[in-house]
Amino acid sequence: MRRFSDTQIIALLLEHTQWTLLLSLMAFAGGAALGAAVTVMRVAPSRGWNIAGAVYTNLIQSVPLLLLLFLIFFGLPLAGINVDAWMAAIVSLVLFASAFLADIWRGAIEAVSRGQWEASRSMGFGFGLTMRKIILPQALPLIIPPTGNQFIAMLKDSSLVSVIGVWELMFLARTLGNKDFKHMEMLITAALIYWMLSMCLEFIQSRIERHYRTVSH
Amino acid sequence: MSETIIEMDDVSKWYGNFQALHNIDFKVNKGDKIVVCGPSGSGKSTMIRTLNWLEAHQKGTITVDGTVLHDKMKNIDEVRMNVGMVFQHFNLFPHMTVMQNLMAGPMWVRKIPEVEARDTAFKYLERVRIPEQADKYPGQLSGGQQQRVAIARSLCMSPKVMLFDEPTSALDPEMVSEVLDTMIGLAEDGMTMVCVTHEMGFAKAVADRVVFMDEGKIVEENDPVSFFENPQSERTKDFLGQILVH
Repeated sequence: MRRFSDTQIIALLLEHTQWTLLLSLMAFAGGAALGAAVTVMRVAPSRGWNIAGAVYTNLIQSVPLLLLLFLIFFGLPLAGINVDAWMAAIVSLVLFASAFLADIWRGAIEAVSRGQWEASRSMGFGFGLTMRKIILPQALPLIIPPTGNQFIAMLKDSSLVSVIGVWELMFLARTLGNKDFKHMEMLITAALIYWMLSMCLEFIQSRIERHYRTVSH
Repeated sequence: MSETIIEMDDVSKWYGNFQALHNIDFKVNKGDKIVVCGPSGSGKSTMIRTLNWLEAHQKGTITVDGTVLHDKMKNIDEVRMNVGMVFQHFNLFPHMTVMQNLMAGPMWVRKIPEVEARDTAFKYLERVRIPEQADKYPGQLSGGQQQRVAIARSLCMSPKVMLFDEPTSALDPEMVSEVLDTMIGLAEDGMTMVCVTHEMGFAKAVADRVVFMDEGKIVEENDPVSFFENPQSERTKDFLGQILVH
C-alpha cells in the first residue's frame, strides 16, 4: 500500500476541505430556501399553514441529525427511491438547516412589533409588501447573527455525513489516520482546519453585523 | 341626505368565548366627527379596529365606502387605502425617514410618481407644522411629533375617513395639545373622523356626536351638549363623573 508524504497529506486534506465547504454551502443554500418557505408558512395569516409549519420544524428539530441521515440514506432506498451518499447527505442537511433557520427567522419576524403589521396593513399594503418593505428590514439585524452561527454550526455538523461514506474533510482524516495508524495526528489536523474555517466565517459574520448595525436605526 | 361612509348593522364580535361587541349599530356620514368614549375594556378600540378589518367581526354587517367587509373578500387593501388610521403608539416605520414614511403609501399602493408623492408629503408635513423634520428618523422625534407625522402619513393617502385609536393616550401631557390642535384643524377642514379618545375637551369642541360604550355595547349616543349636560343612562353619568372630576 502506497504511503503519502506529509505534503501530499496536507494537499489531500485541503482538497477535501473544499468538499466540506461545498457540502455546507449547498446545504445552507437549500436550507435557506426551504427555511424561507417554512417561515412564510409560520407567519402567514392562515391557521392551517401555521400549524403545518410548526409541525415540520418541530419534527425535524426533535430528530438527531445522525438519525435523520440514516433514515434518508437507508430508508429512501427501501421506499424505492435510490439515493447516493452525497444526495442523502445534502437532503438531510437541507432539512435540518431549514427547520432551524425557519425557527430563527420566525422569531425575528415576530419580534417586530404587532403595530408595524397593523400600520402597514391599515394603509392597504398587502401581506407580501408588508413583509418585504416593513417587517424584513426591521427583522434583518436580528436575523443575521443567529443565521451566521447556524452556518458555522452547519459546517461542523456536516462532518457527521462521513459515517455514510461521503468524501469530505472528516472522512478523509479518518481514512488517512486509519491507514497509517496516525489517528490523533489526522484528527488534530482536521480539528485545526475546522477551527480556521470557523474563524474565517466568524470574521465575515462580524463584518456583516457591523454593516447592519451602522445602517439600521 | 348626506352620503354614508361607514355603517355597522347589528355587529357582534367574540374573542373565544368572550363577547367583545354586542349588536352594534353605528353609522358615519360624510363629514361627521364622532367621538367614541368609554371605560377601558368597553370595546371602543375593538369597534374602531373592525372598521378597517384589523379585527374581524363574526356577526352582522359592516359596510365601508360601499364595500361589505367579510372574510372571503379580495379587495380589503382597497378599502384600507381609503380609511386612514392613527394608532395610540404611532407605529411609524422606524427604518424609514419621516419623508419615506409619508411617501411609501402613495407610491407603493396608489402608484403615484415619486415627485408628486414628495410634494404631497411635504404639503402635509407643513400642515402638521414639522417640515424641518422631513429627513429625520422617527426615533429622533418626540412622541407628539411622531404622532403628527403619523397623522400626516394617513393624510397622504387622501382617505375618505380617518380613524383615531386613542391618539393621545401614550403622549406626555405637554404634547397632547399639539396633537389635538392638529386633529381640530382636520375637523375644521371637513375631514370625516371617528376618534376613540378620553379627551372630553376635544369632544366638546369638534364632535357632532359622542358615542358612549360599556361592556361591548353602545350605551348612549348623542350630540355633545346633550351628552355632557344631560346624560341619559346611569352608567354614562358615573363615567362622566369620574373623568370630568379629575
